[in-house]
Amino acid sequence: MAYSDKVVDHYNNPRNIGSLPKEDPDVGTGMVGAPECGDVMKLQIKVKDETIVDAKFKTFGCGSAIASSSLATEWLKGKTLQEAQKIKNTDIVQELNLPPVKIHCSVLAEDAIKAALADYRKKAGKGE
Amino acid sequence: MKLPIYLDNHATTPMDPRVLEAMLPYFTEKFGNAASRNHAFGWEAEEAVEQARKQIARLIHADPKEIVFTSGATEADNLAIKGVMEMYREKGDHLITSVTEHRAVLDTAKALEAKKLLRVTYLPVDKHGMVNPEDVRKAITDKTILISIMFANNEIGTINPVKEIGKIAKEKGVLFHCDATQGVGKVPVNVQEMGIDLMSFTAHKIYGPKGVGALYVRKKAPRVRLVAQMDGGGHERGMRSGTLPVPLIVGFGKACELCEQEMAPEAARLAALRDRLQEGIMKGLDEVYLNGHPTQRLPHNLNVSFAYVEGESLLMGVKEIALSSGSACTSATLEPSYVLRALGVGSDLAHSSIRFGLGRFNTPEEVEFTIKRIIDTVTRLREMSPLYEMAKEGVDLKTVQWTVH
Repeated sequence: MAYSDKVVDHYNNPRNIGSLPKEDPDVGTGMVGAPECGDVMKLQIKVKDETIVDAKFKTFGCGSAIASSSLATEWLKGKTLQEAQKIKNTDIVQELNLPPVKIHCSVLAEDAIKAALADYRKKAGKGE
Repeated sequence: MKLPIYLDNHATTPMDPRVLEAMLPYFTEKFGNAASRNHAFGWEAEEAVEQARKQIARLIHADPKEIVFTSGATEADNLAIKGVMEMYREKGDHLITSVTEHRAVLDTAKALEAKKLLRVTYLPVDKHGMVNPEDVRKAITDKTILISIMFANNEIGTINPVKEIGKIAKEKGVLFHCDATQGVGKVPVNVQEMGIDLMSFTAHKIYGPKGVGALYVRKKAPRVRLVAQMDGGGHERGMRSGTLPVPLIVGFGKACELCEQEMAPEAARLAALRDRLQEGIMKGLDEVYLNGHPTQRLPHNLNVSFAYVEGESLLMGVKEIALSSGSACTSATLEPSYVLRALGVGSDLAHSSIRFGLGRFNTPEEVEFTIKRIIDTVTRLREMSPLYEMAKEGVDLKTVQWTVH
């Protein structure tokens, strides 16, 4: 199974690897997947005025999983929370040319985005 | 040093140029059908086949008449299990095998189970992947007609106590089939000393061509009989019909002859390379775990798990080196390696496993290059891994509540 050039690119030059401080009130953290499944994604967003100003990820998983989460952080930066909620796994599949057997990687990335958004909202809700 | 480097010799091997040379005349010059009894083309083909039979039999200490040519080890496994079960079905319907056998054995057993032709006992293995001979003894009933236990495992390299199992089989009067695909030509395999009654192996794992293998079928003490699975002409003493692929068989014979001549020094050389690979990797990284037996293992095999790093992403990072992984992501079925799971290796470590298979044409230079690339790639991927981050923070990953999709 040969990888698409885009997947290879994200793998060799991942965008936004790293971590944001979890305890910050303007940071939302999504952690999805499980080691037994071979896929774990941690995706974090930093939000200011309802807009995502920074995003970081770390992934335990195959090349397609790494690429999906890397792409997700790329897309999230600059989007409003509402826009981010609309990102679909199918967009990721199309952008990366993921074969059928790797579609679940994009689904996990979408889950990670939604989990990060939900975590931020929960924190923000608890605030004022 | 040429890239890419091939370190996946358990999957297949490149043909030895000497084997290719031996085969060539049989394609366009000596192209006769070995079963053509009435002319020189047939006679010279037959002679080449018989010569190969001798070379192959010598390697495993068998009689040439006990070699049945097949299309490979998968067909030989099928022939052994199905052929014996059908022949001796008046005596019983019980097969004993193990959970770490190759799919060629497991799927065959399952297919017969599904047809209600067989009852199967799948013996467990210990944490090194070894079958316990006492488990074999305990599993034997008066309906058992075949034991099928592999010589050495293709993923983790563990070598089974075949001689002890052969003794027990003989004691109890049960036939013993051994899938020796990964052992023949690499370490000494002796069907007499080891009490083996049927044995599968193939050419393409020992620097021979793909498309030909053999089933050793014992003729004396006891004489094993089986029902052919391929009918049509009665070739191979009625055990496997079909025109013999003479050039492939010639190649198979030559490959066996070379193995016999070169086995001892080659095994020593490869063991040293393998030990260097293992040492280099384990010195340069922490949390690397060996899968399989530390000493009772094939000299050219190494299988390790790199905690917190997934196997396919690791293979992608070392794409100039051909390797394989037990990760689900690399399998067609998206299931992690059943062999590693049978050892009790956790699924997360199964996903993190890499198998190295050294071979005749690998060099020390290639091993040093591999060590460096593996260390660099694992280090990079661990920086990208949320699991490594959590472990470094002191989180016990076993206590985490994961949100599984």
